[in-house]
Amino acid sequence: MNEFDQMYREVILDHYKNPRGHGVIESADAEAEGQNPLCGDEVSIYVAFGEDGETIDEVKFSGRGCAISQAATSMLTEMVQGRTATEVATLDKQALLDEIAIELSPVRLKCALLGLTTLKVALHKAKGTPLPDGLAGFDELELK
Amino acid sequence: MNSVAVTTGIKTLDARAIRADFPIFEQLIHGKPLAFLDSAASSQKPRQMMEAMTDFYSTSYANVHRGVYVLAERATAALESSREKVRALLNAPDVREIIFVRNATEAINLVAYAWGMSNLGPGDVVVVSELEHHSNFVPWQYIAGRTGATLTMIPLTEEGELDLSALDGIATQGNIKVVATNQVSNSLGTINPVEKLVAWAHDQGAIFVCDAAQSAPHITVDVQALGADFVAISAHKMCGPSGVGVLWGRTELLLAMEPFLTGGHMINSVRLEKTTWGELPHKFEAGTAPMAEAVGFGAAIEYLTRVGFDAIEAHEHELAAYALGRLGEIPGITLYGPPAARRAGIVSFNIDGVHPHDVAQILDMQGVAIRAGHHCCQPLMQKLGVAATNRASFYLYTVQEEIDQLVDGLHTVHKVFA
Repeated sequence: MNEFDQMYREVILDHYKNPRGHGVIESADAEAEGQNPLCGDEVSIYVAFGEDGETIDEVKFSGRGCAISQAATSMLTEMVQGRTATEVATLDKQALLDEIAIELSPVRLKCALLGLTTLKVALHKAKGTPLPDGLAGFDELELK
Repeated sequence: MNSVAVTTGIKTLDARAIRADFPIFEQLIHGKPLAFLDSAASSQKPRQMMEAMTDFYSTSYANVHRGVYVLAERATAALESSREKVRALLNAPDVREIIFVRNATEAINLVAYAWGMSNLGPGDVVVVSELEHHSNFVPWQYIAGRTGATLTMIPLTEEGELDLSALDGIATQGNIKVVATNQVSNSLGTINPVEKLVAWAHDQGAIFVCDAAQSAPHITVDVQALGADFVAISAHKMCGPSGVGVLWGRTELLLAMEPFLTGGHMINSVRLEKTTWGELPHKFEAGTAPMAEAVGFGAAIEYLTRVGFDAIEAHEHELAAYALGRLGEIPGITLYGPPAARRAGIVSFNIDGVHPHDVAQILDMQGVAIRAGHHCCQPLMQKLGVAATNRASFYLYTVQEEIDQLVDGLHTVHKVFA
């Protein structure tokens, strides 16, 4: 089962089965909905800023998707907690991919980056931070 | 050309012998034999088809029509001979009704634009079904929107079959102008009662457009027996190359229609003041034709015809029944669609708690290729209340061992996600 363990590491399955930051923030300061047009997966991200209006105080997500997209978004919510909108907007996708630490095909890469892309769009809409530069093939039109 | 390994006259086929004609199976995937269970998306290709294309490029290639030299004549003859093979396949009354296009999607767009833009308007209704592939849904939704017509859908029963009891209600919604459904659902494998729908459409004074992309590879599609007005097929799903499909339409309708694409080859004469259109089928074949692809399609039709569509259909029914039985063993599985007797060789399913992408990924590691996603049927997925399903689909080269490999793979999925 070695090959399966490499892809579906214990930590991935744990985040998938027990997602951190799963839920909705009512009247969030920033939010966006992302879709993966290849498979119809959806994720919505909600952000609440702290008193400085810049630091991420709380981030939650909802939606449905594969283990990779759900686990990656769950990991992302832990990564960005306490960071500023600007920091997250310029966060290199590699940082998240390092965290996920599995080999991803081009199709699965889009699954893994759906949450990060959606978060960056949410921050862009609320704060005018830069949009993700064509991240994994998504563009603004595909992200409501 | 090599002979096809099949006992003629008897409605059975030897899938193992047929497999030897398909070079794709001569490799291991992740060190495992390839179980290719995604033929509904696109079929694999027999050597005979590829050789016909290579032979055409090597010996007979030039642009078709109007050329007065020998290569142009050979190429034209090859293209037109393929057109005749398609005519015979569909039992069309007239070879001029066979229009080469890129694929079934383009064929349906051709009808939606060229017929729809001139014949649809406010108060008119276009009827599709909840089972449609986006190829037979989006063009109608778009053209209805452009013309002010209404788009309505024939709903599904719990078993994933068209609910014909809804037709009376639909008939009261306005002036029914177009009824467009597939003959076999690419997603659930449902075989639709096209003859009944055609009769109903004609009672309403509507035309019937049949998306046969998923049926023509597997069953005999006889346009005269169906009674439809337009039929769309794609070569790539039936052992032919990608890049070519066919629209069949009734002569009188095609003659009355405006062109779809304009440009070279589709004209009679071009003047500064006015251009007049060419004869059928050329009026609808602007630009250089997919010549080698059409030749490949012709060879694929020859191949399938030699095996026999009755044998192919029987083989797939057997596989579908076997697959439904074996998949029933998997804990937490939901199977979609009608019983084996009323479906083609397609099985859609979900595994409780495991997303189809993850199922497909784990299966791939075991050499099993299935499709995971919405299968270009988002309205249907919405109806089923899921984002995606897994889909295993079969063809003439599929053997039972591939289904066994799928079932073993699904047990591994359970272990990984336990």
